[in-house]
Amino acid sequence: MNARDAILARVREALTVPGPGPHQRAGEMAGHGAAPHPAPLPLGNLPVLALEAARPWLPDGGATPEERLAMLADNLGKLKATFHHVPTIHAAQDLLFSIARERDWKRVAWHAHPLVEPILAGIPCATHRVDGAAAVTADPATESSLRKDALEACDAGITGCDALIAQTGSILVSSATCGGRSLSVLPPVHVVVAAPEQIVATLADAFDALRERHGNSFPSMLSFITGPSRTGDIERILVLGAHGPKELFVILVG
Amino acid sequence: MPHSSPTATPHPGPSIDPAGGTEVSAHGAKKRFLHDAREYVRDTDHRAFLRRALAGYYTTRDGQKARYRDWEHARDAANLAKWNAVNRLDEMLVRFADRFEAGGGKVHWARDAAEARSIILEIIRAAGAKAIIKSKCMTSEEIHLNAALEAEGYGVVESDLGEFIQQLRGEPPFHFVFPCMHVRRGEISKLFEEHLGSAPTESPEELTMIARRYMRRLYVEADVGITGGNFLVAETGQISITENEGNARLTAALPRVHVALVGIEKCVERLDDLAVLLPMLATAGTGQPLTCYNTLYGGPRAAGECDGPREMHVVLLDNGRAAILADPEQRDSLQCIRCGACLNVCPIFKNVGGFTYGTTYQGPIGSVITPHLRGLGDWNHLSQASSLCGACTDACPVRIDIHHHLLHNRRNAVRAVPNRLERIGHRMFAAVAARPQLFAAGGAVFRRSLWLLKKLRLPLLRDWIASRDLPRAPARSFRDQWRHRASPAVAQGRTDADGRPQ
Repeated sequence: MNARDAILARVREALTVPGPGPHQRAGEMAGHGAAPHPAPLPLGNLPVLALEAARPWLPDGGATPEERLAMLADNLGKLKATFHHVPTIHAAQDLLFSIARERDWKRVAWHAHPLVEPILAGIPCATHRVDGAAAVTADPATESSLRKDALEACDAGITGCDALIAQTGSILVSSATCGGRSLSVLPPVHVVVAAPEQIVATLADAFDALRERHGNSFPSMLSFITGPSRTGDIERILVLGAHGPKELFVILVG
Repeated sequence: MPHSSPTATPHPGPSIDPAGGTEVSAHGAKKRFLHDAREYVRDTDHRAFLRRALAGYYTTRDGQKARYRDWEHARDAANLAKWNAVNRLDEMLVRFADRFEAGGGKVHWARDAAEARSIILEIIRAAGAKAIIKSKCMTSEEIHLNAALEAEGYGVVESDLGEFIQQLRGEPPFHFVFPCMHVRRGEISKLFEEHLGSAPTESPEELTMIARRYMRRLYVEADVGITGGNFLVAETGQISITENEGNARLTAALPRVHVALVGIEKCVERLDDLAVLLPMLATAGTGQPLTCYNTLYGGPRAAGECDGPREMHVVLLDNGRAAILADPEQRDSLQCIRCGACLNVCPIFKNVGGFTYGTTYQGPIGSVITPHLRGLGDWNHLSQASSLCGACTDACPVRIDIHHHLLHNRRNAVRAVPNRLERIGHRMFAAVAARPQLFAAGGAVFRRSLWLLKKLRLPLLRDWIASRDLPRAPARSFRDQWRHRASPAVAQGRTDADGRPQ
């Protein structure tokens, strides 16, 4: 018997003995010295899905677009991310350029995206596009670490996102829509450009948005980014920028 | 007492035997537990340090819990999500494997630690790897993967800051979520000075940046990245990884090959289940709304994507988990999402420290599952190291009945090896307690001879008495005092129809 069949056989054998139902303690099972308890719920036939059971009790995500926007801004602040809401692409450009000058950026990395591209036009530093045709069609056999080095040397990564989540202050990025896996995590600064329509209330709504956008075939990586990279490993003291970005900017345009 | 490690005799960590897997006999484990616990308890400095480090946990967690409209109902739902998957585990695993392989990844099945090690070694050999980077993965500690890789001549670097520090120290994690919480910043500075040639510093931020700078080249150069996995989503065939530092994301983005080693119990049925479990894992574990990075991987780089590994492997590890599943009474302990909340609140953990357990998974949940996970030997002594206060059960976001399981383990241990002396003792007590005059006479003898107990150092009581102060015996028995009590109600004549004081 191969390992797969052996493990599945063990699991099936183990599950032939019924256990307590959800929220039920072993001591509440019939035959364990306690009063007999109704039989465990039939498997595969739950009265309610976990998410539906939890939805009324999870942290709030805001009922109106205004509430969601306020909640998102508040949560991002608590996470030590920087949130800006600007009216136009032009204002976003001004903001980004001033950040670039202030920090003396030499080179920023970006990917093709309807918001990123116009905002980046004319930035006072070099740029590095990560998702050019060469990168996407690179032959795996000859692929070198050159592209990784190029990205590693950049001062910031500028990306779009799939959604912003008011409930947690998170940014949803994917490998297909946000310049791959490393653009949003390798450079020391991550700038996210988004539109107000992308704000959703909760994580569950973000999953719905994903299904709507990608149907049944998700990108190979989906990541919920909640604040700049951090660690508490030394004496449980918070330090930002452990391995991922030290700074996270969210620029909402419109 | 000045020290550089938490016990006077530094804990060697599980002695590593890549071929065998099991470290010490049960008897040895118990003896070592008692010894290490005694040493650690004496180290009041370090216990205070540990308590200080954990003090902030309560406030941040409670602040975050307050954002739930009802945390207790949310726990019911989290329990439901994991209960559902664990009780249909065969179905979940098959669905996960089919979906994941449809996404271009490869699933491997490992019955035990040895099989998992050889699968991973084979993947690494086939990839012609030279450098391996690893993010935090407790299952790899369980199978002693690093030692096995090093024995084959591969260099492997832990990228999680806490795990990296522990790797340099040559120690296993002290706490399965906060691996180096027992280490002071000065010790870390010295360690980095010695191994990385950095300048000494007392700043946690500067120390973190030293590790960050050191690690960046390694991400770019590594051929293989090894991670764990927090959830296996059956519906979509994705693995979910929860982290704060970004090291797991880099580990799964830059190397050519990504290997994830995940226990079979990590299944959930639906993607939507994560909308419940991810926030609760973060809140219970560290008091965050969500950890910094919660990432889902459905396979290697897909067509049209500009980076990511060319190969992705998931190794599904049993290693004793099916044995837990086969015990319906303790089956719910497989619902554990390894948030570490039960350690953070455990009075025993805070007083004996993480190394004393001598197990991969420390604290209350470790004491429940270790006797099942370790094929050989009997780790039931861990279940004795509990005050049964129930703080662990209360803290558990998926409602595992942890402290009752500790009792179940005790019961099972007594059933397996009955303690005849204890049984005789209980019978004698029952006989005396059922005879009031004998009981009174016995009490009179004990009240007069209690002080002798401490002096005599009777072999059976010695250990128990050594660390405890005996109370001074009262001059009169309770019954005597009760009979002659001056009751205000009686004195004032306020009695009910039966003459009892009101």
